[in-house]
Amino acid sequence: MIKNDNRAYEELIKGLWRDNPVFVQVLGMCPMLAVTNSAINAVAMGMATLFVLVGSSFLVSSFRNWIPKQVRISCFIIIIATFVTVADYTLLAIVPKVHKELGAFIPLIVANCMILGRQEAFASRYPTRLAVLDAIGMSGGFLLALFSLGAIREILGDGALFGVKLFSANFEPWVIMILPPGGFLTLGVILLFFNWFKEKKDEFLADVADAERSGG
Amino acid sequence: MDNLPWIFISALLVNNFVLTYFLGLCPFLGVSNSLETSARLGLATTFVMLVTAVCAWVLNTYVLVHAPYLRLICFIVVIASTVQFIEMLIKKLSPALFRAMGIFLPLITTNCAILGLAIFATNRGYGFWEGIVYALGAGIGFTLALVLLAGLREESELSNIPQIIKGTAMNLIIAGILSMAFMGFAGLFSAA
Repeated sequence: MIKNDNRAYEELIKGLWRDNPVFVQVLGMCPMLAVTNSAINAVAMGMATLFVLVGSSFLVSSFRNWIPKQVRISCFIIIIATFVTVADYTLLAIVPKVHKELGAFIPLIVANCMILGRQEAFASRYPTRLAVLDAIGMSGGFLLALFSLGAIREILGDGALFGVKLFSANFEPWVIMILPPGGFLTLGVILLFFNWFKEKKDEFLADVADAERSGG
Repeated sequence: MDNLPWIFISALLVNNFVLTYFLGLCPFLGVSNSLETSARLGLATTFVMLVTAVCAWVLNTYVLVHAPYLRLICFIVVIASTVQFIEMLIKKLSPALFRAMGIFLPLITTNCAILGLAIFATNRGYGFWEGIVYALGAGIGFTLALVLLAGLREESELSNIPQIIKGTAMNLIIAGILSMAFMGFAGLFSAA
């Protein structure tokens, strides 16, 4: 039982950092860049994706023994599209303003390759409990990535976070950051940072291994 | 009818799907390592876009009037079957191309540029011809962005680049600069 709990914890936590869908696997880029011009949009998008991913992982995993192999992709897509429609109308009812700003990008959650990828790689193969935990972890990681990108872009491009001004009037906003090129550049720089971090870590591990070899 | 050329140019340059709307980034970053493959993938995508535009118009005009909440599901099913059809066609006509495209051919289904096209065209209430011209402009614009990035990447293969920046990070920064260049087209409309 303890082993089982470790496993569940592992599935939940891996999406947040080690297998982060955006920074490590580079999936789901389209919504990632398109809606992150402000932190609030990024969070709304992340929550919608969380709902869709958890819901569809639950359904796909529960039905995994009934879905025929040949048509599985179409089945997954239809399940995902159903949840996206629900999310679309829910957002329209609760926060019409955010819904208007996100516009066509809410229906486009269907085409987020991260969601389909999780169904194919995980939910269709594992029991429901693990699938839901995996979905929560992955979409948590996605939300984290969306929020950090959205926050960086809003702070630099607008001098504000969640609409609250952070700097004095002397701050000249970098308008380019909230325009499309800023999205590409910010994400590029973040990925650069991740590469650098990984290289340093590899060097460190190699050094440790060397030291152990010479010491032993 | 006289706004047709503007719809075309707008979708092609000013509101380029990849560089301004961030649609279709997966193939944009995934397939753009060779000019040849990216040009062909661009053409295949353009064709799927044209078919999708026609289907979307038919669905919107005749079927979905009574059930707008089914729009998303209908569109995605139509796109998935079109892609399946094209896959069989290419496999039959050019097996070499089929192998070169590999996994990215079926993945056209999850290319958000195509679903995005159908949704944008619906939201703007485009008619039949407007839809077709819009699809053509968006498809060629997608191909253009793909080919531009592929050309730059082929060049960069030969240059001495620090290990740390190689891969997606560099592609994104190149895309950012391309996107800045495309922003220059934004002035086209006010000038006209």
